[in-house]
Formats: sequence, C-alpha cells, structure tokens
Amino acid sequence: MSEFPQDSILVVLTADAEGQLEKPAAELLGGAAEIGSPVALVLAAGSADAAAEKAAELGATATLTAAVTEGNLGTAAVDAVAAAAELTAPDAVLVPNTLDGRDIAGRYAVRSGSAVSVDATGLERDSEGIVAGHSVYGGGYTASSAPTFGAPIVTVRLGAIEARAEAQSANTQALDVADSGKRSAAIDSFEAVVETSSRPELRGAQKVVSGGRGVGSEESFELVGDFADTLGAAVGASRAAVDAGYIAQSHQVGQTGVSVSPQLYVALGISGAIQHKAGMQTSKTIVAVNKDGEAPIFDIADFGVVGDLFKVVPQAIESLNENKS
Amino acid sequence: MIGSVWTRSTDGNQPPVDYETKVSLQLELLHEPKESSLKIAVLVKEVPDTYGDRKLNLETGLADRGASEAVLDEIGERALEVALTQKDSDGDTEVTVISMAPDTATATIRKGLAMGADNAVHVADESLAGADLGLTAEVLAAALRRGEYDLVVTGNVSTDGNGGMIPAMLAEHLDYPHVTGLSTVELADGKVAGTRGVEGGQQQVSAELPAVISITEALPEARFPNFKGIMAAKKKPFEVISLSDLDIDAEDQSVARSIMVTVAEKPPREAGEKVVDEGNGGVELAEYLTKNRLA
Ligand SMILES: Cc1cc2nc3c(=O)[nH]c(=O)nc-3n(C[C@H](O)[C@H](O)[C@H](O)COP(=O)(O)OP(=O)(O)OC[C@H]3O[C@@H](n4cnc5c(N)ncnc54)[C@H](O)[C@@H]3O)c2cc1C
Repeated sequence: MSEFPQDSILVVLTADAEGQLEKPAAELLGGAAEIGSPVALVLAAGSADAAAEKAAELGATATLTAAVTEGNLGTAAVDAVAAAAELTAPDAVLVPNTLDGRDIAGRYAVRSGSAVSVDATGLERDSEGIVAGHSVYGGGYTASSAPTFGAPIVTVRLGAIEARAEAQSANTQALDVADSGKRSAAIDSFEAVVETSSRPELRGAQKVVSGGRGVGSEESFELVGDFADTLGAAVGASRAAVDAGYIAQSHQVGQTGVSVSPQLYVALGISGAIQHKAGMQTSKTIVAVNKDGEAPIFDIADFGVVGDLFKVVPQAIESLNENKS
Repeated sequence: MIGSVWTRSTDGNQPPVDYETKVSLQLELLHEPKESSLKIAVLVKEVPDTYGDRKLNLETGLADRGASEAVLDEIGERALEVALTQKDSDGDTEVTVISMAPDTATATIRKGLAMGADNAVHVADESLAGADLGLTAEVLAAALRRGEYDLVVTGNVSTDGNGGMIPAMLAEHLDYPHVTGLSTVELADGKVAGTRGVEGGQQQVSAELPAVISITEALPEARFPNFKGIMAAKKKPFEVISLSDLDIDAEDQSVARSIMVTVAEKPPREAGEKVVDEGNGGVELAEYLTKNRLA
C-alpha cells in the first residue's frame, strides 16, 4: 500500500461511456495543485486505464480507480468516494459542480459528517485549512467559506479555475469499495445530445452572443448564430427565448442557467432582467442591441445600440466581414 | 401522519395541537385515506424577490431579508404544482408543504395552502439563522421523518442559495433514492420516473417509492391561488415546530459546519457608450468591436 501525501486533495472525476476522463478534470486537478497534492479518484463503468493515465497527465500525483455499476444513480459513486477518503485522509474533497457532482458531494457530506461548500470559484489554503471562494448573487458579491473543522467537501464551478497542474508520472491503483447497500435510483437509458455545431461551448467561452425574446422566432434565431460565427463566439439565450422554444435550454444564461464570464458578451433583444444579469454581468465587455433605449441591459453595457436588431446585426456582420477581407 | 400527531400530543414533549388543527384532523379521520393514495411532501422556501435587488449583509454574510420583498421561491411553486397535479388525478393524495424559514414567513408558506396543499409544517427557530447546508438538511430530514412521506419533491436549486444539494443530502439522511434535476415526472405503480438532463445528454431515470425528487424549471409554472383557495387555506392545518421538537441542537460544536469567512460587495458596473441607430448602428457596432480587438 502506497503512502499518500499529507496534503492530499481528493479530486472526484468520472470517465464517460467511452472511458475518457470528463472535461472538468484539468480545472479540478489544477485547482487542487494550488492547495495541496492532487489525488484523483476516477469512477468508471468500464475500463479506467485511459482516464487514469490522463489524470496523471493533468497533475494527479496518484490515481485511484473504482468500478461503478452502470445504471446506478449516485450511491455507488458515494461508496467509492467514502472508500477513497478513508484511504487518503485528504485535506479537502473536490467535486465538479454538476448535477451528478452535487448529488455525490451532498450525500458524501452527510455520510461523513463533513462541511460542504458549493459552487466554489476559487480555492485557497490558509494556516487553518482550505478556504473556498464564491461569487454570490450573480457576481454582485464575493464571499469565502471554510469548515469549522475537518476536510471540506467542495463543488467547483466549471470554467472558474484557470490554474493547470504539471504532469505527473502515472501512479494508479484500483480501489476496494464496500457497498453501503443504500437505496438508489436507476438510470434506465441515456441519450447523448450530439452537438452538431462547431461553435465553442457556452461554458468557459471567450465570447458569447445571446438572443432574447426580441429575436422573435426559432428561424430568426439563426441571425444570433450568424453573428456568433462571425465573432467565433458561443451562442447563449435568455430564459424567455428558451421558453419560447427558439433554442435548447442548455444555452440559457442566467441565474437558473449557465453563468458565463467571457471577454465579450453580446445581448441581442434581451431586456436585462436581474436573473439574466446574474449569469453574465461579470463579463469583461458587454455589448447590447435593443430597440428600447430604457432597457435595463444598457445600464451595464459598455457599448449599446438602440435600434432594431434585424437592421443592426446584419449590417454589423457585413461590416466585419468586409474588414476581414 | 394522523396517527403520529395523536402520539405526539400524549408524550407531552410537543407543542399542543391547536383547536383548529384538532378539529380538521378529526374530520380527516372520518375519511380514512385509501391505502394506495400517496403522501407527498413539498419543500418550499421563502427567498428575497429576485426582481428586486438582492442584498447581502456585509457584517453577517447573510441575506438581508429586509432589503427586498420575500416571496415563495418560484421553483418551489413548480415543485408544488407537480404534487398538486398528482392530487388532481387522485383526490386522496395528501400534499404537505414543509418549510424551514424565519417565523415571519407564515404568509408566504400559507400561499402553498391557498394553491391547494392540504397542510403545512413550518420549522421556525431563531438558532437557524445562517444555517449551512448540513444543518438545513438535518433539520428538514427530521421534519420529513415525522410524516413518513412516499415522495419528497423539491426544486433543483433555490434562487438565493443556489446550492442544489439539499435533495441528495435528504436522500442520504432518509435512505431514499434521489432522482434529481427532472424535467418530466411520472408517478405510477409505486414508482417515480422522468427525464434527467446531465452534461452531454438526457437520462431516463426511475426509483421505487419512497424517494426524493428535485425538478427543474422545465416543468409547468404553478397555478395561482384563487379566492376559494385563499379562504380554505385559513382553515388548513398549519403546524409550527422548533428545533427542540426535532431534537436538534443547532449549536452542537461537535459537528463540522461551513461558515462564511469573508464577504465583500463588488462595485456596480457602469453604463458605457450608447448610440441610437440612425442607419449606421451596425457599422458603429462593428467599429467598436474592431477597435477593442473583440472582433
Ligand atoms: C426564479 C427565476 C429565475 C430566472 N432565471 C432566468 C435565467 O436564468 N436567465 C434569464 O435570462 N432569465 C431568467 N428569468 C426570467 C427573467 O426574469 C426574464 O423574464 C427574462 O430574462 C426575459 O428575457 P428577455 O430579456 O429575452 O425578454 P424580455 O424581457 O421580453 O425582453 C425582450 C427585449 O427585446 C427587445 N426587442 C424586441 N424586439 C426587438 C428588436 N426587433 N430589436 C431589438 N430589440 C428588440 C425589447 O425591447 C425587450 O427589451 C428568471 C426568472 C425567475 C423568476
């Protein structure tokens, strides 16, 4: 049995159906390396070899692999986290702040009696232990949280941590996991959403062009996509646009959608309701096109055009294309 | 639940059941629910209205509840709608709204009764101000244990806390399966099933009851309470309990809690340049982007 570093940070990662390590791995291992020695726990239904190798490449000083039964919703993963934490006695457990990640973190926190910090946007270590940074109320406030004692369970917001860890040599072992026998739900089937577009992913994008109710229809939403393509941006939307069926919910920006913080955020036909602002007001530069000069989006826009988006946007696209050629 | 209310009143440990509650409980006893009918608990939360400006108190790091109006969280209303839809199709379904909230939240919770829930349980205790997720889950789990519910329905994330972790925490406490983030819900034959959106796709998931589910805003908006509902709500059982009723000590130092160590307000953004399109707005927009190396 190998020894684990005193300052181990356990990072809970999942391998997808093809055995590939999920995307947040780089950020989580990067964040872990800032506050201690990253130890990865890779949960995999099939072979974990490729994912474990990748984890080392991304900075895991040691990697534990655990087989989770396909189709089990949540409890098998929690059993594995419990076994890994017992083995490594970490200073913190990091989990991606996704639906599955929050479920695992929540259950494990209850099982182990640990304090939990949700949706961390930064990680630090001070003389007393690990401190999680948060962006609260849509970025209007910053806060930090820490446990009264013990190792905290922290879910980490995707796209928030920029640090990346140095590659390590592979050091993998399979973990023995005792079944807790907890009642669980079943995943009866899974349908992958195939992203056919070559556009950047919304979360973590450097540029975002979003459309709102003012875009008016699913057909005219193509204009939002065209502008996004001209700028090399991801496509976002307001909840009103999602509710109206112009675009899939995964593109929703805001309090109950994705939080983005890009270099450039363009809001087209979006009024700027507080719940929308909550997901984008920390963007570096905000540009808005709205025919209502009083729309609240202009209060936070660095550059605003009061006008009809169906006139302004095609002209902007044309003008940008001319400059390029 | 009725049975347990009577036991509680004899053990002397509990607050007396008030007259109104007693009468309605006796009335309910006359119509013994069918065995098959479900007992559903819906967790609702009072939150600052997000249409106003939400404020954090910079001394305590807690929501400044005085600074904006309090409302029933929209996602909690949708969760209640899921339960009420079930009650529409099976009238014997019993729906309880449960909330952990300051004692000033009565009117907000009563809205759930006005919408059609049968009864309410309000956990109010001064020592819960600033409760972290761990304590909140412990308290809600204890409140749920008293009712032996077949199904616990919650929103996926609250508007203010934005944690989204309570449903799984409750499931662990109660040893129920958790079925979180549902955008559709079907209840039949002692099972709950639905669609669960995850990174990269959609799962079809199911669990045997009893279970905890959380729902997303893809589910329908809640019905409005009508006049009849509002009047009826005044007579529905509304139980207020404290932590001593649940045998929980909020100040127990032997349990690890998460605490806020710093909180700071960010300076608000300022409005920049605004041009009115007079036929050249698109060109001006393109120029702004190019000039700032954003094109
Ligand atoms: C609990 C809760 C959570 C929420 N979460 C979110 C969230 O995550 N994200 C979110 O976006 N919203 C969210 N909302 C909804 C939010 O309150 C607003 O309803 C929503 O953001 C409005 O979207 P919109 O700006 O597209 O629509 P509207 O407010 O209807 O604005 C449309 C705008 O388009 C402009 N317009 C119309 N035609 C044109 C044209 N031809 N050219 C230019 N401009 C035009 C109009 O002037 C108007 O300003 C939430 C609400 C609640 C209660």
